[in-house]
Amino acid sequence: MELFLYTALFSPLVGSLFAAFFGASKKTKIAGIVPSALLGISLISSFILLISVLTTKETVHVEMMTWMAAGDLYIPFGFVVDQVSVTMMMVVTLVSTVVHVYAIGYMDHDKGFNRFFSYLSAFVFSMMVLVMSDNFAGLFIGWEGVGLCSWLLIGFWYHKESATWAANEAFIMNRIADLGMLIGIFLVYWNTGTLQYEQAFAAMPSLEIDVLTWIGIFLFIGAMGKSAQFPLHTWLADAMEGPTPVSALIHAATMVTAGVYLVVRASPLYDLIPSVGLFIASLGAFVALFAASMALVNRDMKRVIAYSTLSQLGYMFAAAGLGAYWVALFHLMAHAFFKALLFLGAGNVMHAMDSELDPFKMGGLRKVMKGTFVMMTLASVALAGIFPLAGFFSKDLILEVAFVENHYIIYSVLLFTAGLTAFYSFRLVALIFHGEERYKLFGIHPHEAYKFMLIAMSPLLLLAIIAGSFKMTYFEMVTQLLPATEYHVHSSLTYWIMTIGTQLFVGLAILYAYKKYTSRDIKVPDGTSKMENSFGYKLLINQYYIPRFYEEYIVKAYRELSDIFWTKIDQKIVDATVDGIANVFYQTGERTRVMQSGNLSTMLKWMVAGTVTLLSLAVAFGLAARYSGEIKTFLSGLGV
Amino acid sequence: MEIGLNHYLVLSTILFAIGLVGVMRRKNLLMLFFATEILLNSVNISFAAISHYYGDLTGQMFAFFVIAIAASEVAVGLGLLIVWHKKHNNIDLDSMSTMRG
Amino acid sequence: MFEAIAFYLFAFLTISMFYIAVTTSQALYALSALAAGMIFISAFFFILGADFLGAVQIVVYSGAVMALYAFGMMFFDTTREIKEKQGNKAIVLGLSILSAILVGAIVAAPIVGNNIEALYPMVEGAGNTQEVGMVLFTKYLVPFEVAAVMLLVAMIAGIVLAGKKMDLSLTLMSEAEILMMKEEDKNKKALS
Repeated sequence: MELFLYTALFSPLVGSLFAAFFGASKKTKIAGIVPSALLGISLISSFILLISVLTTKETVHVEMMTWMAAGDLYIPFGFVVDQVSVTMMMVVTLVSTVVHVYAIGYMDHDKGFNRFFSYLSAFVFSMMVLVMSDNFAGLFIGWEGVGLCSWLLIGFWYHKESATWAANEAFIMNRIADLGMLIGIFLVYWNTGTLQYEQAFAAMPSLEIDVLTWIGIFLFIGAMGKSAQFPLHTWLADAMEGPTPVSALIHAATMVTAGVYLVVRASPLYDLIPSVGLFIASLGAFVALFAASMALVNRDMKRVIAYSTLSQLGYMFAAAGLGAYWVALFHLMAHAFFKALLFLGAGNVMHAMDSELDPFKMGGLRKVMKGTFVMMTLASVALAGIFPLAGFFSKDLILEVAFVENHYIIYSVLLFTAGLTAFYSFRLVALIFHGEERYKLFGIHPHEAYKFMLIAMSPLLLLAIIAGSFKMTYFEMVTQLLPATEYHVHSSLTYWIMTIGTQLFVGLAILYAYKKYTSRDIKVPDGTSKMENSFGYKLLINQYYIPRFYEEYIVKAYRELSDIFWTKIDQKIVDATVDGIANVFYQTGERTRVMQSGNLSTMLKWMVAGTVTLLSLAVAFGLAARYSGEIKTFLSGLGV
Repeated sequence: MEIGLNHYLVLSTILFAIGLVGVMRRKNLLMLFFATEILLNSVNISFAAISHYYGDLTGQMFAFFVIAIAASEVAVGLGLLIVWHKKHNNIDLDSMSTMRG
Repeated sequence: MFEAIAFYLFAFLTISMFYIAVTTSQALYALSALAAGMIFISAFFFILGADFLGAVQIVVYSGAVMALYAFGMMFFDTTREIKEKQGNKAIVLGLSILSAILVGAIVAAPIVGNNIEALYPMVEGAGNTQEVGMVLFTKYLVPFEVAAVMLLVAMIAGIVLAGKKMDLSLTLMSEAEILMMKEEDKNKKALS
């Protein structure tokens, strides 16, 4: 099994290096095909590992080599394949393989084709390290690795000002959170003396509750950054500047869920501190609603899906915070499938529309893009949580968890958000695929994507439809490791009312969206309608003014502070000191150059003078050594 | 009146000072060589004296080697001096200014 | 008593000879004074019982080195008064005296402090040629051989440096040849 583990882990790295080999040369198809094939191998290996874990219920744990060993500190490069990490491995490798194949078509006309695949495979490798590591240090390496690759890929079109800005924003936001994460890891080591998950979690119950709370909070700050939770959420929407396959892979299916993975991985810790868990759940519910509300009005197709991702991450955190770790992980998996599918579909639409992102300028595309239309509709249905697609099983479960745990506020917030989710998803579908063919006004001639791209997307479609049926198998597998709490509403009548009520609510939201946005009256908004000038709309379209708030009160203040430090401290103190030291040497040289007159006689005199100086020093030190006792008593008499 | 080691050391010191005066004062290269001979000899006296008062032959051995070095220095130095004189027709120290920085 | 008289006498003679050597403006005087001073120094070696060293001093310095200087001076214009531009005399004198005092202090300090001369009287008849030879050819054999090689190297260097064009002998040349050579030299100087 070790062989499969190493294959799964290292074939993306090999693929990345292979593509990097062609980095500077012209676009070659092989630079895309080989990494994709290697990822396929990684996927097969992960699948074999999954089967093995399922059948034997044994985990694979290897220690590749020692990384650090100093004193009590011992950190190996260790990897573990257990029920949790194998789930993540399957999600990561499956979505990556699909996205890689898809990107061969999507990036077909891009100059940076080879570079793109190198970055993308490097990302997959980092993500695999993140999920497979058996200690916090390895997790952190992967954590930083995915951050780096995310930065590279958001800023992939580096000649675009907005892309580089978004890349930097994402990187810096993550850095802030990573500091919290790092402090959390330090605290874990400080208090338990080890970074290995097993030993660290085994040592935790004996720690004080305060210490555990701090560890939990700091680790969660790290998770907040990576998973873009409020107030560090702004980078995720801006990250849509990257190529669409990147959004599908990194900013929907894998990297952003790393925070959820961390909380699930640290479940023994969060079980001990239910108050932090409740905070996580509340924040998750808040973000779910908050992000969904912004998605309602946004006029950028990719941003709408990004907000939807944010909202779904909120659901996952709500589940994880309430202790339903397996539910969170299950929703993570299901969400990865349909959200990646949604993004890839959006990529097809973008391609067809010459990179146009405003859904109001589309409409009626179902006639030309049948395949994409079907896939995106089904993905949206899955996202909305309609029976029997994947979203129904995972999302309704989260609602049940909130209900069973008696957190009715969280429950109602999440329920309301489910309606919003359905509304904005179908607003998008309606605007893009139904109604008038508004794109004709702009002289665009849409066309369906390559066939192999659609075929590549089909596994995701299949999984988005049937993932729900794995629920019980999955539950049995993953609860070997995680707390096995089944959430059942006690009275079956309440259960049916809840389920059917939710379905009806969601269905009504969908119908309303269709009715509103398929009508012939829809025009491209020009900022004159009454709705657009209402306060609520402005608040939402400006993302609650949070980016502007950050710009005004944090970025500008920081810039001014930096200016002060630059002019006052750096220039007047640091620079002046350095210049002063340099000046001393310069002046000394200037003064003493007279000595170098070239006259040998003068030089001889200087030589004798030097001798005299050395001799006097010798005499002085000799005297000092001889009379050291007397000098000491004299000095102590002076009180030195 | 007993002549002790200190007498010899003082004598050696005086001769050394005379040598140093010569080194610093003279501008004629030949005279500079004479001055260095004086320096070497003053040191030889202290070596011999210390050797005598310690009852150890090492001092004399050092003096012996100093003489050997002085002899070879004279040989090479004079050779250089002659070459210089042939080229520039003087042996004045002030005329040597190729080391001006 | 005899030793004291000899010491003071030779001390006075040595100092005055070296003083003349350092201060005179006549190269020939300086050479003669230096040679005399060397011989007087050998007297100290004899007083100190270092007979062999005294003999070497006379042979090497007064014999070989001074003869070498004398031959060297034949190349230079010794009759010409040497004009020397003098700098600040106070600096020269001050530096010399200061350094002399310091050297004296350093050398003498531990010996005076430990009163060594009484503790280590000259017991064996060190300084006689036999003992010097025994030490030189056992303990100091390697330095001795190195010194020999060094002298050889110095000799070759001296010959190479000073001996250019020495195959020309003015006494064996005819007047016309000497004139021609002088013309060539002039042309060379004019060119250069």
